[in-house]
Amino acid sequence: MIHGHLQLSLTNFTLDSTPFAFASEGVTVLFGRSGSGKSTLLRAMSGLDKRTHGQLCFQDEVWQTGKKSLPVERRDIGFVFQSAALLPHKNVQGNLDYARRRVPKDRQHGPGFEEIIDRVGISHLLDRPTNNLSGGERQRVAIARALLMRPRLLMMDEPLSALDWQAKSELLGLIESVIAEYRIPTLYITHAPIEVERLADRVVFMAGGRITSIETLTEATSRVDSPLFTEEGPVSVLHGTIGAIEPDGLVPFRSKQADAFTFWVSAHSDAIPSDANPHGLHSKTTRLRVLARDVAIASQRQEGISMLNQLACTITSIAIDTTGRRSGRAVVFLELIDGQPLLAELSHRSVEQLGLVHGQRVFALVKTAALIDP
Amino acid sequence: MQIFGSSLDVDPILLTLEVASISTVILLLIGTPIAWWLAHTRSRARIFFEALVSLPLVLPPTVLGFYLIIALNPNGEITQFLRHFGFEGQLTFNKTGLIIGSVIYSLPFTVQPIMAAFEALPGQVVDAARTLRASFFDRFFTVIVPLARQGFIVGAVLTFAHTVGEFGVVLMVGGNIEGQTRTVSIAIFDHVESYEYAAAHSLSLLMLLFSMLVLMLVYALNRSLQIRQD
Repeated sequence: MIHGHLQLSLTNFTLDSTPFAFASEGVTVLFGRSGSGKSTLLRAMSGLDKRTHGQLCFQDEVWQTGKKSLPVERRDIGFVFQSAALLPHKNVQGNLDYARRRVPKDRQHGPGFEEIIDRVGISHLLDRPTNNLSGGERQRVAIARALLMRPRLLMMDEPLSALDWQAKSELLGLIESVIAEYRIPTLYITHAPIEVERLADRVVFMAGGRITSIETLTEATSRVDSPLFTEEGPVSVLHGTIGAIEPDGLVPFRSKQADAFTFWVSAHSDAIPSDANPHGLHSKTTRLRVLARDVAIASQRQEGISMLNQLACTITSIAIDTTGRRSGRAVVFLELIDGQPLLAELSHRSVEQLGLVHGQRVFALVKTAALIDP
Repeated sequence: MQIFGSSLDVDPILLTLEVASISTVILLLIGTPIAWWLAHTRSRARIFFEALVSLPLVLPPTVLGFYLIIALNPNGEITQFLRHFGFEGQLTFNKTGLIIGSVIYSLPFTVQPIMAAFEALPGQVVDAARTLRASFFDRFFTVIVPLARQGFIVGAVLTFAHTVGEFGVVLMVGGNIEGQTRTVSIAIFDHVESYEYAAAHSLSLLMLLFSMLVLMLVYALNRSLQIRQD
């Protein structure tokens, strides 16, 4: 559990988190526009800013009470900065050793040095100075360094925002699998909904220097007005496992509940972790991101149609937008056989013509090609 | 005209180098915490102390020297206070006086480059060291000093050179005692007063070359720093 209430006054910004409490396990994403106070809150929680005051407890330990605060160097926080913040006067090995040499005796357990640098993909970079690494390589070294300091809590402040799209996609996959494998509680800052949908177990929404709500990812994607939904419209996130690639280039994405559903996804899709080799990922849990506007509804199973993905589901509710940009659109909330929610965005007229009602059994149609992120 | 002939005085040169070396070491030790405080404090007192440290840049050395003689005179409170701890000498008109005067007079030349280097430190890198469990002194010596290295080198070189070249404060606080407080700059003054132009010239040329060399070194260091940052 992480709970507290923190304040931090800067020259032109004031953070007042309001009281908060959430589970420390898994990934908690701090989400909000730039200027909403996410980075300030994370700095306040890390103890890096001495002006912080208020209350903060991490698990059984008091980190902050009033103006008194446990020094950062005793909090066991692995921090990954937006700029990587590698020590410029040391090479890659030197940066990793700096972290390793300062691990106290009682925390020297967990995956070994070789395993971590291998997993993060920097074994070939150890002798390189840090100033000629690419942005993606720098961030990999920063992640390895944070893992090697044996953190009890990982903090990542927009680790992908300074990278080009390809490095971004590779690193997102890496972060996703590393966090899941090593089971380190993580606080992750982003303003990109796609990163939330791929990583988050819960979302801390922020605006104007305060926490506005704390929701599970399912809750956060189950309301039409979710701040996670951008111009792409509503998004559903499905949890499942990826099977082996078929000769025609398609990959099955199956529900964890046997035979509940199978999605066919293009193997080169960015909707699945690109870092993960589909051949080696048979049983690993992963996520599939489906845009509501790419989901159509049929009242019966369709024959003679090109769409491979036809999934039986039940309508749980229908929300009709009558105002604003989405006027005339309707979002239909569906429930798949294993209970996972799936959203479909239709026109109001389609809903009327099909006579869709709460509780009705229908088929969701999703194009394979649609499961590729831009 | 005779240059570097038999008239070159060795004693003033050795004394000058000794005073400059000791002053530089003392200034690095006291200038570093002052520079750190000035670079990091959010206190309003900062403006006052910044001005105080820079005062020797604009104040006539005779003014500084005058107040030092008053403050350090053998019957003054500072000297009397030190007597309680068994101190028997005096603080003016000897080497101790020269060093005290030099330390105060050269303070801005130590503090300003080091402060500038501290202010230019990449904040996230220092923060990263903190999260990697480096305590204050640990990260000071393993991250801050290596990254602010150029500031320390420039500060030390300028301090040393400036101490070598000072005249007014040294004359006021040290007097002009041969073999004890007669530094190079005073020796030159002395030679000119006695119309010993050849001896004055050999020392002057030495100072000229030394100063030029020092400034070239400082600019070379600053340049290599800029290139590295690019």
